[in-house]
Amino acid sequence: MRGSFKKFGGALFGAALAIGQMPITPAIAADKLKVGFVYVGPVADFGYSYQHDLSRKALQEALPGQVETTFLENVPEADSERSIEKLARSGAGLIFTTSFGFMEPTLKVAKKFPKVKFEHATGYKRSDNVSTYSARFYEGRYVCGKIAGKLSKSGTVGYIASFPIPEVVSGINAFMLGAQSVNPNIKIKVVWVNTWFDPGKEAEAAKALLAQGADILTQHTDSAAPLQEAEKQGKLAFGQSSDQYRFAPKAQLTSITDDWNGYVISEAKAVLDGTWKSHDTWGGIKDGMVVLAPFTNMPDDVKAMAEETKKAIADGKLHPFQGPVYKQDGSIAVKEGENASDPMILGMNWYVKGIDDKLTQ
Amino acid sequence: MRLDLVPRTRRSSLLNLLSPALAFVAAVLIGGIAVAALGVSPVQAFVTYFVMPLSEIWSLQEIALKAAPLALIATGLAFCYRANLWNIGAEGQFVVGGLAGGWVGIATHGAEGMAIWILPVMLIAGTMAGAAYALIPAVLKVRLGVSEILTSLMLVYVAQLLLDYMVRGPLRDPAGFNFPQSVGFDPAARLPYLMEGETLHMGVLIALLAVVLATIVLSRTLFGFEVRLVGASPRAARFAGFSDARLTLAAFAISGGAAGLAGIAEVAGRIGQLQPEISPGYGFTAIIVTFLGRLSPPGILLAAIVIALTTIGGEGAQIDLRLPLDLTRAFQGLLLGLVLGADVIARYHVRIVPGGPSSRAVP
Repeated sequence: MRGSFKKFGGALFGAALAIGQMPITPAIAADKLKVGFVYVGPVADFGYSYQHDLSRKALQEALPGQVETTFLENVPEADSERSIEKLARSGAGLIFTTSFGFMEPTLKVAKKFPKVKFEHATGYKRSDNVSTYSARFYEGRYVCGKIAGKLSKSGTVGYIASFPIPEVVSGINAFMLGAQSVNPNIKIKVVWVNTWFDPGKEAEAAKALLAQGADILTQHTDSAAPLQEAEKQGKLAFGQSSDQYRFAPKAQLTSITDDWNGYVISEAKAVLDGTWKSHDTWGGIKDGMVVLAPFTNMPDDVKAMAEETKKAIADGKLHPFQGPVYKQDGSIAVKEGENASDPMILGMNWYVKGIDDKLTQ
Repeated sequence: MRLDLVPRTRRSSLLNLLSPALAFVAAVLIGGIAVAALGVSPVQAFVTYFVMPLSEIWSLQEIALKAAPLALIATGLAFCYRANLWNIGAEGQFVVGGLAGGWVGIATHGAEGMAIWILPVMLIAGTMAGAAYALIPAVLKVRLGVSEILTSLMLVYVAQLLLDYMVRGPLRDPAGFNFPQSVGFDPAARLPYLMEGETLHMGVLIALLAVVLATIVLSRTLFGFEVRLVGASPRAARFAGFSDARLTLAAFAISGGAAGLAGIAEVAGRIGQLQPEISPGYGFTAIIVTFLGRLSPPGILLAAIVIALTTIGGEGAQIDLRLPLDLTRAFQGLLLGLVLGADVIARYHVRIVPGGPSSRAVP
């Protein structure tokens, strides 16, 4: 309470002083690193922004007394430049902008505030004070694909996809390659919902896919609606972003969960130590950034296979895009004995052979 | 028991002026209770919401940047709403304006020798596209009697999906890793900043100009009189020889044009490229602004500033006081409800009639 009174006094004093003057930073303890987070969605209690907020809380717990965290939720991408600048101006020394659409605004604000460090999730442009980070979601999707290949009775999997950007396309491909490794005849039907989070649209897509004969659903969107739809119809599904087991205890096989805690904490430490440098991080199962929720609703042999696959990927013995990988038109994309390079995965705009959908080019 | 609203015979101009101010005070008091219930000092919250944003050059500019599109769109909408025409689709007209103007910017990317023409052509293209898009519901209404409320609203989604398609397909940056966005505009295709090193751009002046122009048109021209007359008394307007159809088309074209201009001003101003989302809902918020400003351009300007102020103050409250964003939205809704309510009280006596059902009994 004392702190807030002090702040109030500071604010009043500042307000009185600053009218018509240069911007002032509100009074905050100078020794603490203020860390700001910008979320595209609501913090809510599951999903992408929620996972990021968990890392904010983890940071607060890991470095008590050294950091002070704050966040802005539901920030529209078209309106994000001001929100990011507001955080920079309110004295934040490290700012996480957690959605792809914040890329250009982050770079613009970063240019104005060279001393503030920025961390942009899922983008590809960096600068001296802007790092990028993302997770190798495709590793988790390969494991899911393998499970689906084993468990699908109809041989058709429904895929609810958000936007045709490389991250999503490489996820579909990895899923397909995993599924094909155990069932070469597996089919994937894709529905693009053009949203990261819209329970209504996602549920509609789920219904359509189930009606078309899919008996397993997977999603690259955030809500629990597809899982709930699968649960209702006695089918199986994979969750996304958070463990969504409680929404569909009879349907969820596993969930691809993002865990940013380790990364966020190490970046904050680097800023505190003065060792922070702009860099790109792309972590996978090995780094603990991609976590698969407990395998449920499957026989023990499938569970064992999934655990094994996960371990093989973590150990570097298995690469989801291990050659030979063929494109839809039959041409070879990755030669026998090679693995897809990171740039290839990061720019993936083609489907692997066997996917029943067409990408707009 | 029932409530009757009896029109006041004498409208007190003092009450008219005071009612929005009283509504604001009431909203602040209710908001203060909500803030206190969340465990934050209401005084501190008030300072964060309403004083802090006014205390920095930077946030003053941000308020202006946020208020400008709202004021511009709402000023256009005032023409429609005054004439009892319900254009709910300003959001779509905004998007189409941004798309059309932005397309000019993309098509001329890297072109040399015609730099000074690019920006004016973009602004004109945006305005025309917005106006043309608004004319669709207007023509449907005039020709076929289709409700403009539904058509204008539904065309919003059409516009958003069109923009979405364009930035993923034909207008996508070829060097952008398939990400849904266009190339960044050349400097010649950007609205110039008003001051070096600051964020304020020319879009703010455009909005101010529109407010002044609309004030003059509405109060001093025959067309303005026609708009007001059709709204107040369509029968009288018809006797006076004014054409409903022509006015419908004109009002929609004006509001669509204003929204389209706001759209391209946002794209060429702040954003600097086309992307799937170019509006945080300006077209819808502008409807609130229009009514908060009681359909008069100067009032709209004030209302746009108040809404911009609460949005920016709300961000500060999220950061400094950890108050949720929902509180800001609830407050904006509360403010609109109270202003409209206070307006009713300023215009009518509320009379409580004891006993019996309403005189307009339901069969």
